[in-house]
Amino acid sequence: MQSFNYVKPASLADAAAALSGADDGTVLAGGQTLLPTMKARLAAPSDVVDLGGIAELKGISVSGGTVTIGAMTRHADVAGSADVKGAIPALAALAGGIGDQAVRNRGTMGGSVANNDPAADYPAAVLGLGATVKTTSREIAADDFFTGMFETALAEGEIVTSISFPQPEKAAYAKFPNPASRYAMVGVFVAKTASGVRVAVTGAGNGGVFRVPAYEAALSANFSPDAIADGVVSAADMNSDLHADAEYRAHLVGVMARRAVAAAAG
Amino acid sequence: MSKTHVTCTVNGEETEFLCDSNQTVLDVLREDLGLTGSKEGCGSGDCGACSVLVDGRLVCSCLMFGSEAEGTSITTIEGIADGENLHPVQSQFLKHAALQCGFCTPGLIVATKALLDANPSPTDEEARYWLAGNLCRCTGYDKIMNAVHAAAAELRGESA
Repeated sequence: MQSFNYVKPASLADAAAALSGADDGTVLAGGQTLLPTMKARLAAPSDVVDLGGIAELKGISVSGGTVTIGAMTRHADVAGSADVKGAIPALAALAGGIGDQAVRNRGTMGGSVANNDPAADYPAAVLGLGATVKTTSREIAADDFFTGMFETALAEGEIVTSISFPQPEKAAYAKFPNPASRYAMVGVFVAKTASGVRVAVTGAGNGGVFRVPAYEAALSANFSPDAIADGVVSAADMNSDLHADAEYRAHLVGVMARRAVAAAAG
Repeated sequence: MSKTHVTCTVNGEETEFLCDSNQTVLDVLREDLGLTGSKEGCGSGDCGACSVLVDGRLVCSCLMFGSEAEGTSITTIEGIADGENLHPVQSQFLKHAALQCGFCTPGLIVATKALLDANPSPTDEEARYWLAGNLCRCTGYDKIMNAVHAAAAELRGESA
């Protein structure tokens, strides 16, 4: 790993200033993706701005049917939070299934969402629940946030500060994990809300996380696993790699969607 | 690039070090503090051989910068025993021969201690799930699981 200038600001304003003043600055949240990426020399930032000293980025609050989670909140803290378990148990369960215990103790929600790994779990919850991503400069609806594989609507130097999740009537996440990494080969988040059903799929699409409007319409009329038809998702839009080919992933989308609906309905 | 001055607690002792920006906690432990019990297996957070506790929580020390250790309390495999007296997790790993080459053992013992601190009576599934980030390429895990459950029983005060 190449050396860099390490900065640990105590406020968001100082973090933004450090980023804008750097030749090629990057943000350090939990580091569980950044460090391996830097070790592999896929990234060699001039400056690393550690968000670990900014108190306002941590914590979980629930008010008026909305769960707001600070960007630096670790996966293990979301998984173990009585507030999250009470309001959106599917979100707590999803967090408890990310990676392994060591990853969950370091990795953060903001880091995961900003990185938008196509096989990460959190993007499915953010999109499936219709969450709002708050940043240093604005609020971004989940539907506008994820723009492609490892791509988001975040501008240069813009930092995720928190994510607000509206409490659904029912929700569940069903994941077919890669048995070694526990990244999603296919993960489907289903949420039933007052304004309809949302279905978000991670791990499968060649453009990152995506919604399935046909499933949403079918489930809004009949919230039952029977409403999920096969052949809705095209293999042409799926990832293909040594773990699973595109046809298999397309098939698994239907399987995991049925499991998620069954879990949410039960 | 300037070095970062870090003050933290390592195995109960206040410790200061100067680290390069690109040194991980594992690098500092092994190269600067002489604590070579924690191993570097993969260096990418997959194998768990570098497992340590940071403020009581299991982490891969290879995926944390030394600079991030400021103000933390770190426990390594060297801090698990009480002087000459092995921790029950250590003695049960020995008793059950839960190792072959031994490279994964420090990480597994640290991870097992973290498990039993959080959950004194894990089911087999819970224990395997917790230890999923610690890879052993020799044993097949059977003896490791026997040692984990025996250590849990001993720590609960049950006779083996």
